[in-house]
Amino acid sequence: MDLARPYVAVYTARFLLMLQYRAAAFAGFLTQCWWGGIKIMVYAAFYRASNPSTHPAITLAQVATYTWLNQALLALMPWSCDPEVALAVRTGVVSYDRLRPVDAYAYWYARAAAFMTARAVPRAILMALVAGVAMPLLSFRELSWAPPPSAAQSALFALSLVLLVCLASAFMMLLNIAVVVTLNDRWVSQSLNPLLVVLSGSLVPLALYPDWAQGALFLQPFAGIVDIPFRIYSGNLAGAFAYGGLALQLWWILVLVFVGRFWMARVMRRLEVQGG
Amino acid sequence: MDAIRLLIRYGSASIRAQIQYPFNAIMLGVGQFTATMIDMIAIWALFARFGALDGWRLGDIAMFFGLVSVSFSVADFLSRGFDVLGAEFIKTGQLDRLLLRPRTLTLQLIGNDMRLSRFGRLAQGLVVLCIGTANLDFHWTVAKLALALWAIAGGTALFFGLIVIQGAISFWTVESLEAMNVLTYGGVQAAQFPLSIYARWFRTFLIFVVPIGCVAYFPVLAILGKPDPLGAPAWFLPVSPLAGFAFLAVSFLAWRVGLARYASTGS
Amino acid sequence: MVERLTKSYFVAERAPGLLGAMKGVIHRRRRRIEALTDVSFSLARGELLGFIGPNGAGKSTTIKILSGILRPDSGHVDVDGLVPYDDRIRHVARIGVVFGQRTQLWWDLPVIDGFDLLRDIYRVDRAAYVETRDELVAMLRLERLLDQPVRQLSLGQRMRAEIAAALLHAPSILFLDEPTIGLDAPSKLAVRRFVKRLNRERGVTVLLTTHDMHDIDALAERVIVIGHGRVLADGTFNSLRAQIVAENPDDSDETASLPIEEVIARFYHLHGASEA
Repeated sequence: MDLARPYVAVYTARFLLMLQYRAAAFAGFLTQCWWGGIKIMVYAAFYRASNPSTHPAITLAQVATYTWLNQALLALMPWSCDPEVALAVRTGVVSYDRLRPVDAYAYWYARAAAFMTARAVPRAILMALVAGVAMPLLSFRELSWAPPPSAAQSALFALSLVLLVCLASAFMMLLNIAVVVTLNDRWVSQSLNPLLVVLSGSLVPLALYPDWAQGALFLQPFAGIVDIPFRIYSGNLAGAFAYGGLALQLWWILVLVFVGRFWMARVMRRLEVQGG
Repeated sequence: MDAIRLLIRYGSASIRAQIQYPFNAIMLGVGQFTATMIDMIAIWALFARFGALDGWRLGDIAMFFGLVSVSFSVADFLSRGFDVLGAEFIKTGQLDRLLLRPRTLTLQLIGNDMRLSRFGRLAQGLVVLCIGTANLDFHWTVAKLALALWAIAGGTALFFGLIVIQGAISFWTVESLEAMNVLTYGGVQAAQFPLSIYARWFRTFLIFVVPIGCVAYFPVLAILGKPDPLGAPAWFLPVSPLAGFAFLAVSFLAWRVGLARYASTGS
Repeated sequence: MVERLTKSYFVAERAPGLLGAMKGVIHRRRRRIEALTDVSFSLARGELLGFIGPNGAGKSTTIKILSGILRPDSGHVDVDGLVPYDDRIRHVARIGVVFGQRTQLWWDLPVIDGFDLLRDIYRVDRAAYVETRDELVAMLRLERLLDQPVRQLSLGQRMRAEIAAALLHAPSILFLDEPTIGLDAPSKLAVRRFVKRLNRERGVTVLLTTHDMHDIDALAERVIVIGHGRVLADGTFNSLRAQIVAENPDDSDETASLPIEEVIARFYHLHGASEA
């Protein structure tokens, strides 16, 4: 489609460019293996040592797979603004992006999506090899990265994954705009990361938080970045709940994109008047 | 001692530079505090959900966590020079400038960049220790406090040693190895929980290779007056932080080897 | 001949925030800098106009407004039927802009990849693109540079690539903002020759700002001089010279043969225009 051409092109270009940074991918991988391993050992200890009646609505095996998925796809989370935007802000050239005959929001959005997905792919592959292939072979099967329980669930997960990327990109756009407004990129990750880590389910699967919080936790926007997709993967969210999860992801994408576009239009307008 | 005075000078210079941007400094500190405090949310949630862990309570975990956080924050504060050795000194040739000064390299590297933001983690460690104290209804005595300080000293030595090794490695490859980050930050992570929950091979690693267990788990057992479910002898518990110092000594050996290599090849 | 009428008065406000000092945070002092005041001119299709003036006179501001990334406070701008800042996307698709001091190409991408990406961003018909691209590569002698990443090019090479990049979508108007800055003599000649050909043979309308008077000498029949945000002169270069001569009737012989920089410098001086 001719309409989408610029955006597909800029996505592809950034994606291919990011894939070049292979060394960084490997380095992160070691850390993620350790982190995943420790978390799972801790969860296993809790499950083992406690009365099954206190167990949450998610099994240890599902938690383990969830944790590996989370570590593997860590790069798909909106940790900070797009480094290219940060650079543009620092060198004062943000408005020059408007010399291109493209919708500025969509252009940056495609770039952000490429940035995250390109960084995630190599690490995900490595993690899958270790936690998905090597671990079961070394008889750590119960704590390994298990495949989805059914083809239907896999399909739902694929959809959820796409929505995950869209949602994370929408978040990153908000961060991008915030950086443009404040002309500073360092405060962004500092303040938002703790919130992101806790609410997305990256720290601990949301199902492990107290029962009274479950409703609110499921409904908030960050859940769609980690918790919902990875629970769909392992079948923990199935049937109506899975569809509900997907709907929630979609809902938040629409809200954040709407807010983002509106905000960006205002910010760009102000840049037009002020210059720089 | 003259070295101490020099360190204080370095420290005040670093701090004065950071104070010029007070908002920034405070924000970074608060940021670190929050980021490190997050783990307590996980710990709290797990205990709230599951009850107890093999007889360990939230307060016990808090003690482990708090102690090791304090140790790491002090080590982190002192060791940035080693941390960035490859990128900021070797690559740029600045290391030669330091070597030309009539002072030990270690001293200069310690004084290099003493970041105030590390106090964020220090504060977090102290807060977590308070949480542990409250949760366990624990009474600190002078002896226990001394033991805690001793454990912190050992922990600081251990973490400092890890970063020194990282610096030593950068004499060979100028890229700083992620592996060390895994052991330092990962070590703090691993030390939050009692060694008994980990797999055997991992436990052995944490006691004999990178003795994180000796600067958190065992000393805290001694402080709390609990026996070790794994069967370590009672006399060992309060003595274990020595392992941290031993590790530091080994790391300095590695450092000297690295430095000798640098001096002979001239990078 | 389509007339492009540009008549504008702008008083652009620049607010230098004195952040850093606490006082500055509370009391943001705003200084009004009148970047452009009552600037009017029109440019006919196929013309090559030179735009000169001391630093800070408002040349870049004018180009930014004409390209649509800056909005004037008042006045009206019409470029080929469109208002640049209101119809940004459509307008920008029809113009080419070259900024001498920064590149629009992607730093880490090989030149040819950057060109292809631009093709998609501007949605250029593939067949037409190949023809245009090959022509530009030949005219600007870029064959050997195509595979190199932009960051590895010398300034002269980068400028040639930059000019090609701005023309890939065959715009009818080209804005050149200091295109020869920092270039060595052969590169400058190459650029000048190219621009002249473009204008003469292809009828591309060119608006050129520069500090190098030899550029003007070689290319522009008509110059506009801007000083302190106002139009000081609009006509041929010789009429400028005539004005200087008129001011110094006694040395008229000498004045008639002054080097071009001297003429311009005296002209600025005459009108009290100096670096802001």
